[in-house]
Amino acid sequence: MDAKLKLQGKAVVHPELGELNKRSKLKEFKNSWQLYLFVLPAFISIFVFAYIPMYGVVMAFQNFRPALGFFNSPWVGFDHFIRFFNSHHFWPLIRNTLHINLYALVIGFPLPIILALAFNEAKDGMFKKFIQTTTYAPHFISVVVMSGMIISFLSPTTGIINHILGFFGVGPIAFLQIPEWFSSVFVWSGVWQSTGWASIIYLAALAGVDPTLHEAAIVDGASRIQRVWHINLPTIKPTIIILLIMNVGNLMAMGFERVLLLQTPMNMTHSNVIATYVYEVGLIGGQFSFAAAVGLFNSVINAILLIIVNRVAKKVSEVGLW
Amino acid sequence: MVISRKRKKYSAIKDSPADKVFLGFVYAFLVGALLITMYPLIYILSASISDPNYVNSGAMWLLPKGITFEGYRLIFANQQIWQGYANTIIYTILGTAINLMVTIPCAYALARPEFKGKKFFMTFIMITMFVSGGLIPTFQLVVRMGMLDTIWAIILPGATSVFNIVVTRTFFQSTIPREMEEAAIIDGCSDIAMFFKIILPLSLPIIAVMALFFGVGHWNSWFGALIYLNDRTMFPLQLILREILVMQEMASMPEPGTMDATTAAFMHTRQQLSQVIRYGVMIVSTLPIIMIYPFLQKYFVKGVMIGSLKG
Repeated sequence: MDAKLKLQGKAVVHPELGELNKRSKLKEFKNSWQLYLFVLPAFISIFVFAYIPMYGVVMAFQNFRPALGFFNSPWVGFDHFIRFFNSHHFWPLIRNTLHINLYALVIGFPLPIILALAFNEAKDGMFKKFIQTTTYAPHFISVVVMSGMIISFLSPTTGIINHILGFFGVGPIAFLQIPEWFSSVFVWSGVWQSTGWASIIYLAALAGVDPTLHEAAIVDGASRIQRVWHINLPTIKPTIIILLIMNVGNLMAMGFERVLLLQTPMNMTHSNVIATYVYEVGLIGGQFSFAAAVGLFNSVINAILLIIVNRVAKKVSEVGLW
Repeated sequence: MVISRKRKKYSAIKDSPADKVFLGFVYAFLVGALLITMYPLIYILSASISDPNYVNSGAMWLLPKGITFEGYRLIFANQQIWQGYANTIIYTILGTAINLMVTIPCAYALARPEFKGKKFFMTFIMITMFVSGGLIPTFQLVVRMGMLDTIWAIILPGATSVFNIVVTRTFFQSTIPREMEEAAIIDGCSDIAMFFKIILPLSLPIIAVMALFFGVGHWNSWFGALIYLNDRTMFPLQLILREILVMQEMASMPEPGTMDATTAAFMHTRQQLSQVIRYGVMIVSTLPIIMIYPFLQKYFVKGVMIGSLKG
């Protein structure tokens, strides 16, 4: 498709040359049609399931009726957005979404870096390997099982956490019924599940540290902690920044499935985030257009955050996604 | 390799006392991380074969107490769990096969420098990493395509993953020698023949990595099934688990007076059943992954590492 477009442009500028070009381009396509064939299934799949839904966000500006489809439903402009901004759900949703996700970012983002730096200092061998294998493992536990574990462990009557707290004379605390506890439960269970796995990418970056830097530093009498701070950390800085940008780029949608599974009627005031609200009003409540508008609002906020973070990162460190 | 060489050089110089203290903190931190990670896992394993009364009272806190296999017996006798297991296996195998057939050839074409559509296509797919239509339009699309309550609703929307295409492409770019491709082209080898006869045999590691990434994703997924399937006989294991692990506990129990005796008794038995089997089902459902994980860990890790190359 791309090749064709270019070809037309050239044909206008140099008619004779274009003719020649056309033949060679055609030959080229004939030669590489098999490569296009390789790309075709992925192209179709991404076009259908990523680009058509992107067009489908027009339903946020319609009164979408499934029978009429994206093309024939009546237009209502910004009605759904205005209704959302004026609803009493609006500010609590914004507050919960930002609170839970920023909390998760502040705690969950640095820990894998610290873990990777620690792994890098430890001596290679069975012991280190064992710790790595174990800390990576929770990553593979499904969201449903993870939520089941959280619910079991935190149960005020039978959960082990409350038994342990009781041993120290604290509690019992009904963690999932008390709204104020929700964000901590969400964030720290996330830390347990993903810190180990997230450290792998930093370990990969640490493998690229130039050993001569360490040798020179040792000769100059630098301590281990100085070498970690002045050699290892700066080396993985670009990786850190890229991952930070990507994390902020997903800030408003993080951990949606776990939030949904851990919500109870009692903790709803603090656990209702935009993503779960979209699910609730859209797929349970059937207000498709309204939910799509809320979802679109979420995506736009997210995109703005991504652009801001990318720009700041570029200014501060000259590393950016684009 | 680099790491081991580095290690040798380090050991020639003795750690100062300050370094030893620092290393002490490092090891304490790692051991702490190990214990925090392991404790819940051991607890679940022990709880699954312990008498539920000991588990619920807190008397069982590390090692199994009052060993019983009643929980597992009930799980193996439970028709729904078996059905869910079978469905999950089908979705995982079929889904992963489609994922690989869509992802690997595409990644290979994008790794070929002479492929003309490369730039356009990379932009085309990268955009979808940051922009998406969202839940509701995607749901409406699947409904309009008539895929509700079919296996396709589970498998097709995630037929490929942009991230995995990029990872696989990086693998091809960094491991397949360009000279070999050129030699094959000069010898008149077509792209299809080259892909199947030369490239695929050389890419078993990346195929393994991708099969694992996609496979684990299918095994653990539940949300697609939740929104697209109504037919209970099609539910994957994770949706059945959700009922046992999440909904049983979360449903606020009605006051005893408000329901009749049979319902109350039924609810009570279900609650009891859930208490007995909940730790067992966590083990049973995660078992296939736990079993393969230690052997394939290096492949998983490799996948993440390749991904970080292009970071």
